Amino acid sequence: MTVSVETTDPTTTEGALRPHAEHAFAAELAALAAQDDRPRPARWKLSPWAVATYLLGGTLPDGTVISPKYVGPRRIVEVAVTTLATDRALLLLGVPGTAKTWVSEHLAAAVSGDSTLLVQGTAGTPEEAIRYGWNYAQLLAHGPSRDALVPSPVMRAMADGMTARVEELTRIPADVQDTLITILSEKTLPIPELGQEVQAVRGFNLIATANDRDRGVNDLSSALRRRFNTVVLPLPESPDAEVDIVARRVDQIGRSLDLPAVPDGIAEIRRVVTVFRELRDGVTADGRTKLKSPSGTLSTAEAISVVTNGLALAAHFGDGVLRAGDIAAGILGAVVRDPAADRVIWQEYLETVVRERDGWKDFYRACREVSV
Amino acid sequence: MSDDTAWRRSPGPGPLLLGVRHHGPGSARAVRAALDAARPRAVLIEGPPEADTLIPLAADPEMRPPVALLAHAVDEPGRSAFWPLADFSPEWVAIRWALEHRVPARFIDLPATHTLAWGREEGTATATPEADGEAADTDGADAGGADTDGAAADAGRQLRVDPLAALAAAAGYDDAERWWEDVVEHRGGPGERDAFAPFAAVAEAMGALRETYGAGGRDRDPVREAYMRLRLRSAQREFGEQVAVVCGAWHVPALRARSTVAADRDLLKGLPKVRTDMTWVPWTNRRLARASGYGAGIDSPGWYGHLFRAPDRPVERWLTKVAGLLREEDRIVSSAHVIEAVRLAETLAVMRGRPLPGLGETTDAVRAVLCEGSDVPLALVHDRLVVGDVLGEVPEAAPAVPLQRDLGREQRRLRLKPEALERELELDLRKETDAGRSRLLHRLRLLGVGWGEPVRSRGSTGTFRETWRLRWEPELSVRVAEAGVWGTTVEGAATARAEGDALHASALAEVTGLAEHCLLAGLPDALPVVMRVLADRAALDTDVGRLAQALPALVRSLRYGDVRGTGTEALAEVAAGLAERVFVGLPPACAALDPDAAEEMRGHVDAVHTAVGLLAETGGGTETRTAAKDRASAANPAAAEARAGAEDRAAAEARAGAEDRTGAEDPAAAGDRAGMVAGGGRRDLRLRWRAVLRTLSGRETVPGVLRGRAVRILLDEGELAAEEAARLMGLVLSPGTPPADAAAWIEGFVGGSGGGGMLLVHDERLLGLVDAWLTGVPVEAFTDVLPLLRRTFSVYEPGVRRTIGELVRRGPGERLHGGAGQAGGTPGFGAEADAERADAVLPVLRLLLGLDAPDAEEPENDLVGAGR
Repeated sequence: MTVSVETTDPTTTEGALRPHAEHAFAAELAALAAQDDRPRPARWKLSPWAVATYLLGGTLPDGTVISPKYVGPRRIVEVAVTTLATDRALLLLGVPGTAKTWVSEHLAAAVSGDSTLLVQGTAGTPEEAIRYGWNYAQLLAHGPSRDALVPSPVMRAMADGMTARVEELTRIPADVQDTLITILSEKTLPIPELGQEVQAVRGFNLIATANDRDRGVNDLSSALRRRFNTVVLPLPESPDAEVDIVARRVDQIGRSLDLPAVPDGIAEIRRVVTVFRELRDGVTADGRTKLKSPSGTLSTAEAISVVTNGLALAAHFGDGVLRAGDIAAGILGAVVRDPAADRVIWQEYLETVVRERDGWKDFYRACREVSV
Repeated sequence: MSDDTAWRRSPGPGPLLLGVRHHGPGSARAVRAALDAARPRAVLIEGPPEADTLIPLAADPEMRPPVALLAHAVDEPGRSAFWPLADFSPEWVAIRWALEHRVPARFIDLPATHTLAWGREEGTATATPEADGEAADTDGADAGGADTDGAAADAGRQLRVDPLAALAAAAGYDDAERWWEDVVEHRGGPGERDAFAPFAAVAEAMGALRETYGAGGRDRDPVREAYMRLRLRSAQREFGEQVAVVCGAWHVPALRARSTVAADRDLLKGLPKVRTDMTWVPWTNRRLARASGYGAGIDSPGWYGHLFRAPDRPVERWLTKVAGLLREEDRIVSSAHVIEAVRLAETLAVMRGRPLPGLGETTDAVRAVLCEGSDVPLALVHDRLVVGDVLGEVPEAAPAVPLQRDLGREQRRLRLKPEALERELELDLRKETDAGRSRLLHRLRLLGVGWGEPVRSRGSTGTFRETWRLRWEPELSVRVAEAGVWGTTVEGAATARAEGDALHASALAEVTGLAEHCLLAGLPDALPVVMRVLADRAALDTDVGRLAQALPALVRSLRYGDVRGTGTEALAEVAAGLAERVFVGLPPACAALDPDAAEEMRGHVDAVHTAVGLLAETGGGTETRTAAKDRASAANPAAAEARAGAEDRAAAEARAGAEDRTGAEDPAAAGDRAGMVAGGGRRDLRLRWRAVLRTLSGRETVPGVLRGRAVRILLDEGELAAEEAARLMGLVLSPGTPPADAAAWIEGFVGGSGGGGMLLVHDERLLGLVDAWLTGVPVEAFTDVLPLLRRTFSVYEPGVRRTIGELVRRGPGERLHGGAGQAGGTPGFGAEADAERADAVLPVLRLLLGLDAPDAEEPENDLVGAGR
């Protein structure tokens, strides 16, 4: 099947629902580029230092304020930028909701000034999406030639020395994944039909994102894995940060779904976040008791959906106040993914931690009711 | 006379002052280069002068760092201070240089006799010898470990200036450690041209700092420095100007300061003293690491050792080492990986503006490239390489360790002489001395000093009696010396050892054993750590069998603890938590087991049952007593139900029971409701356990033997009425159940040595059910169930077997007509109890139970309750 990819004209993105990073933050990028006097690797729009500043935020000598794009350990961004500078492909790993895609988009925007060279990984991603396809009308009319060839985003990035992005690498079938091996190790893409090849120009690099805890993923072959430097994006460091993220997202979602505003939900949100964090980390918040971790990912994203769900329940079927009962069922669903093992873990958690905790009686009862 | 000489760029008149950071590999290398260049006639080193006589031992081929100089008060071995030295410590390098060049080396710091006495003064507030020891430790670490490293040194004292932090901040660094490493430790290798330049720079910086901050809030430094100056002067009188001093960089300006002998002497007047002894002890990298609390001041001894030893290209060599380690652990790491890791580390260093990749950069590179982003192998790298598993060695010629003295003192105090001849020792733990002896022997066993072996007590089985077989073998002295690593007193060493063992134990049962041992050895200080590890292990263990095995040992320790008067609160809490986990995990774990596994599980169920019973009783105080009373009244819920006006609690429990019976399958739910009514706590453990047993008894997927056993326990506990048990038995023995399953149920119910035979003898209804079922087993199935039945009935006493046989022969017909609902009493028995004959037993029972007064009410009630 012919896949034709047209580059979107930057000028037409004015009214876009979600502008690309390089357009949304064009002013910051320009300011950084103007004041960046450090050495830049070939075809990089900014020096590695400026890229790190772009992601982590800061104030430039002339007073321009760069907003932080990624809130998290500085080390992560430094390793990621350095990896790209040393010509190695970068693999961003993490559970859902840890800003993998966000970081990869901004890295591409800052390094190459273009974050659109994107391959979205799905179970049905074909080899053509990574290598090249054919324009069959051309092929039939004129025979195989470069004109009949439809390059993939990766191929274009190689030819132009840009940064290509592969989203959800582990969703792509294993045999298609392995197409990347030649590209990453030989830095070339052979076109046997034409007896030609596309050689990567300096400046080409690849950022892949992958989810390491979801189910139904195709594990990377070790041959491919070897070609990446891996950076694991961590979950929010402190409970407060996570509560903040959840509350903000819930608020946004609630508004777009026209849910009535719910007063005093923050206590329950804190509870959801606490439960999720404790089970995820395998240790209680006070660090005194160890716990078994269930098989689910218990990501921040799931916490958000549990709370949104509870809000809907409270708004439509309850008295409008988010209560323990509204979130209990959601939590149970998120925690117990494996009916046998996870249920035992959840019950243990209820009996040994929740039951003893001051002020959690209502939550304990609500959970007992739904888990019977 | 010497202090007017300014710092010299080349060796000349005036002492050569080499300011270092303790345990800094760069400092160590620089010290060696400077000494080689200057060739002084004597080397003075910061450290306790009492150790001067021990210096030659450093040249002994059997001496292998990391080692530590240990100073301890002679009369009080618990009061001690350590000066740890690794092979990359500048002080060690200086000692070795002096020995190699046959130049005298001397320690010039304030004598330990004073520093230890200071520790005593400080410790009066806290009053315990351990706390004193710690205070002295801090001092020792301060003296020998971390002068320039304020962060580590001033854990105990507040408001001290961190000289490095001030300098680093001036240089624009936020992390003082990193600044020092960049400026000093990571500087080029031995090829550096001017061997004295780095010291000049550091001294200048420190001079500026001390002008601003003075002693920087370290009130003892002026005294120490006065002493150093005096020692320096006397050395100069002896050797002339060709003297080199290796000390913390912080002290350099003070040694250069002008000060009169008289003023210095004044400062030293009236210092407290304590009789002190010194020796070398082996040390470990782990203790050099900051995390272990000894505060020697560095968190990456392995990395520093590598920096010191690597002749060149430290980063490449380090990453190759890491790759080697990961390969040993079966991770695929190629040379290409190492190349990429080196590139990443170097680029990161450039990115962060550091001259060379430090530990942070290499670790980031290892994580991203070699470990594929995972922190798990990284932890291994940290453990094995960054910290390192090095254990130092000390020659045999080193003076005795204080642990030996302490042991000797304990032996005298308890009048327990080490004898080569084997002998048995009977101890009565109720006596003070004997309890002390028992504790000592248990502690020594923990330390691997097998002086005494516990043997089974003859005759008495009381928990207050212990029998030991004692035999002192010569090699035990060596063991004691080895155990000196753990501490300076038997108690302290045993505590440290128990904690260490707990952290490294691999199996849950090991930790429970250790907990038991700690109680026996009277080591309450080790218990928190052991308990923590125990709770963690229990929380993560998914095998209910192992948890069930651990529980009885814990409960046993609880009871021992009671006898010996050790605090067992934490233990009881952990035991209760463990029981809770068993309750939750048991029902799923009992499903779908093969016969062997089921048999094993039955053992676990019995063990847990016993343990829960003991646990509910232990725990002391009035609370338990009321609980016991409550239990007595609730022993028979059916009766409690009938006695409608009885105590609320009993009724509530009965309600819970009734609710459960009506079909709620979940054990914990019912138990909880009852538990919540009862007010939570350990009291409701029994109730919850019963709820678990109920679940087991009613679940089809649970093997017959376990279901039968559960019903039996419930029946014995009085939780199930006899009619209910009969109903359940009838259910299982009805034709719908496969015969093998039914036979297993019977085995669980009446098998084993728990008096199951008597049950059949006395309740003919049950016997009738078994009989009717047995006769109904089809021919082809009979051979299958025969072994099971044989196993069940063959353990009965011959008399019981005979009675059963007779009962079966005599009355099957009668019972078949009677059925379960017959009202005329149990066949073979009178319609009512013969009161006269029953009363005749009471005097004997009173005698057996030791009840003199015939009107002792409560136990009588109990008896009646139990008999019901």
